[in-house]
Amino acid sequence: MTPQLAVFFVLAALAVLGALNLIIQRHPIHSALSLIVVMIALAGLYLLMGSEFVAAVQIIVYGGAIMVLFVFVIMLLNAGVEERTNISKLAGIAGIPLAVALLGFLAAAIARSNESAQAGFESSTLANTKEISTMLFKDFVYPFELTSFLILVAILGAIVLAQREKS
Amino acid sequence: MVPTSYYLILSAVLFGLGVVAFVFKRNVITIFMSIELMLNAVNLAFVAFSQARHQSDGQVFVLFVIVVAAAEAAVGLGIIILMARNRQSLNVERVDLLKL
Amino acid sequence: MPILDHLWIIPLLPLLGSALNGLLGGKWPNKIVNSVALGATGLSFLFALEAVREFLTLSPDKLPFAPQHYFDWIVAGSFRAGFDLQIDQLTIVMLMVVTGVGFLIHIYATGYMAHESGYYRFFSYLNLFMFFMLVLVMAANYVLLFVGWEGVGLCSYLLIGFYFLKKSASDAGKKAFIVNRIGDFGFMLGMFLLFRTFHTLDFTTLFAAASNPAWGHEAWGQFGTFTIACLLLFMGATGKSAQLPLYVWLPDAMEGPTPVSALIHAATMVTAGVYVVARSHILFVHSETAMVVVAVVGCATAFFAATIGLVQTDIKRVLAYSTVSQLGYMFLACGVGAFSAGIFHLMTHAFFKALLFLAAGSVIHAMGGEQDMRKMGGLSKKIKYTYRTMLIATLAIAGIPPLAGFFSKDAILLSAFQIEGGHPLYAIGLLTALLTSFYMFRLIFLTFHGKPRYDEHHVHVHESPWSMLGPLVALAVLSVIGGWIAAPALWGGTDYFASFLAPVLAAPQGAEALNEAAAHQLEIILAIVAVASALLGWGVAYWLYMRQPDKPERIAQSTRPVYNTLLNKYYVDEFYSALIIKPLMWISTNIFWKFVDVAAIDGTVNGIASGATSVGDIVRHTQSGNTRSYAVWVIIGALVVIAVIFFWPALRPVVGMVR
Repeated sequence: MTPQLAVFFVLAALAVLGALNLIIQRHPIHSALSLIVVMIALAGLYLLMGSEFVAAVQIIVYGGAIMVLFVFVIMLLNAGVEERTNISKLAGIAGIPLAVALLGFLAAAIARSNESAQAGFESSTLANTKEISTMLFKDFVYPFELTSFLILVAILGAIVLAQREKS
Repeated sequence: MVPTSYYLILSAVLFGLGVVAFVFKRNVITIFMSIELMLNAVNLAFVAFSQARHQSDGQVFVLFVIVVAAAEAAVGLGIIILMARNRQSLNVERVDLLKL
Repeated sequence: MPILDHLWIIPLLPLLGSALNGLLGGKWPNKIVNSVALGATGLSFLFALEAVREFLTLSPDKLPFAPQHYFDWIVAGSFRAGFDLQIDQLTIVMLMVVTGVGFLIHIYATGYMAHESGYYRFFSYLNLFMFFMLVLVMAANYVLLFVGWEGVGLCSYLLIGFYFLKKSASDAGKKAFIVNRIGDFGFMLGMFLLFRTFHTLDFTTLFAAASNPAWGHEAWGQFGTFTIACLLLFMGATGKSAQLPLYVWLPDAMEGPTPVSALIHAATMVTAGVYVVARSHILFVHSETAMVVVAVVGCATAFFAATIGLVQTDIKRVLAYSTVSQLGYMFLACGVGAFSAGIFHLMTHAFFKALLFLAAGSVIHAMGGEQDMRKMGGLSKKIKYTYRTMLIATLAIAGIPPLAGFFSKDAILLSAFQIEGGHPLYAIGLLTALLTSFYMFRLIFLTFHGKPRYDEHHVHVHESPWSMLGPLVALAVLSVIGGWIAAPALWGGTDYFASFLAPVLAAPQGAEALNEAAAHQLEIILAIVAVASALLGWGVAYWLYMRQPDKPERIAQSTRPVYNTLLNKYYVDEFYSALIIKPLMWISTNIFWKFVDVAAIDGTVNGIASGATSVGDIVRHTQSGNTRSYAVWVIIGALVVIAVIFFWPALRPVVGMVR
């Protein structure tokens, strides 16, 4: 048991527990906080894999912006404990088998794959950030510009949607 | 050295849990959060593959995924606010105006 | 030779008249409808005369006259059936009968139908009938003949059911057409067999090939090709010419107007069967079985119908059964090989039978629509012309010399007697002649003589107009002189008729069997016997209906079962109804309608529709309006895609993965 493996298991357990908690909790705010835990755990995993840039972005954007947004909305809307309604029968009946089936497929796929199961990774020879940025501005510059445009559109959309009705 | 397949399995489990949450939860915000969980699981898989093959493409794609997730969360939550105002409830089963 | 090159004018003129009257005649006054109809038929008759004249003046090297090909109708592989018209001696006889008698009947109809509604429709149908009949007699191949055959059947249906608002009339029309169809089925099978054997249906080619002696005994034998083909053709002839067992439509056909009965069911359409047998005589002659069948059926029908005619009370029914009987004589003649005698009787029969029907129509018209002879009587002084012409016709049909019927009937009976094994046929034929004479004179006595059995105050008996009487007189003249062209050598004349037809029809078989003197003597003896039987029939009728008017009733009482059987036409219609019609209706209703149509076909179609409805009913649950179930469907879809990707590599391009 190398140290990396131990850290991996800790972080993985954290992530899974956080996800389970998201499901189990009844109040959305608790679910949101659990999700934050999951994201932090994932950021740790990214660091473990040597992708520091992605880890940083995960914390800053996902944890710092998106989840904060979620929490703000929950508080804005005064979301309470969710009530029990049972209108959709399909979800009730088909839900668990579907999830099991999905997991089964993925597991089978992974088991079948010829991925170098034993080859972990090596520390990248290049600095991770530098490599990513080079690639971003050279090969993927067009999608990069498009995403900035996408963000602009999202801002506009959010503003329009959240306006109060003119009374 | 952590084998790549461990990361993949973790990713699969997280994705599965996200699906379960997506199907079983009734609060629309929680459902949204489960979508974010699924996206994160996929991101993990991307990064794992990227490191296994020593290519940066996966990580660049992860960046894009995060950006898009952010945009989507912004607009989606805007819609949820509207929905909450209209239906006075955050229960997704109350959004049934299309039902006969 | 203008007309002979344009033979198509002769049938097409009536067709034109029919079209004009049918399409435009509804708005025309009767006079114009008359001119169109009579003009078309009259012109056709004149052109036919001209064609005959040209034909007779043809130089011998141009005979036999080749069929004229006008256009190709069916060309399939090596088979060719065209609109080919031919003219030879046999056609000439039929042509003259059809156009001549037809024209006279058209004139008569202008008077008879003057007050009927649908006047233009009647003449349109009548002209259409002329067209089809002319096509039939001028056709140069079996296919075109069949076109005419079916066409006259159609016109018969239309005309019998002319008073279509009357249920019995429309039923009779249906019956005629359907029974004809049964015969036509046999005719078609015969045509198919002929085509298969000879690979052509052209008369000239086919008959030339059939004359080849190489066919041998097998083809001519009891079940040989020739026999079967001839029997099938004869089956069609029994339908069209009302012989046993398909005669049942002709008595019912009397529902139609009297000119129709005269033209179609006496002079022309019903003779089509005889014409076909005569035209195909080469085939028949080679098959002894077929000839025997034809002769026996003809003889049996003649006798059978005559017995029914003895007791009928409707004036037109008596004439209808008489027609069936006389047609039996014609088939008897053909069956014993005397084809020219059969055609000769066809011609004379056309004259006197048409005259009888037209005169009967005149009587009915005079009696204001009454057709039951029991309610007539004593009309001879009141409708003189009708009486005299009808009497002439009756003398003709009874076979009293020197009227036409005597010569033709005599020729037939002589040939029947001379053939091997023909004595029974002769005997029955003679007996039938006696019965014929009896019931015809019974008709005369009941209708015209004795005390009037109707209320003279209600019925004003009046003579018919000259439009109706003119044709009667013309036909009466023909009935008198019509037989003289075939007077056998015995009576001082040459048999023009048989020698005229000789190039087409072989000389009657068996005629050369006896030497001249014996033949003469036999002829005289048989002639005397025939006349004697005719006079005997007259005598019995006279005694029963003039001297002792209550005797018939007492005879009927004493032989009640026999009388009733005859009166009810041997219950043949009821027999057919029980044996064929009721089972067919049962099958139609229970199997074809309830099972096949309703359950199977409708069931399948409706089942598919309801299946679609059920599928839709199930699938609609995907569109529940319920967001959570939508979420589940999304997952299911994703699962399917993943499953395909990993477990079914062949479908990856479909899913979008290209590797």
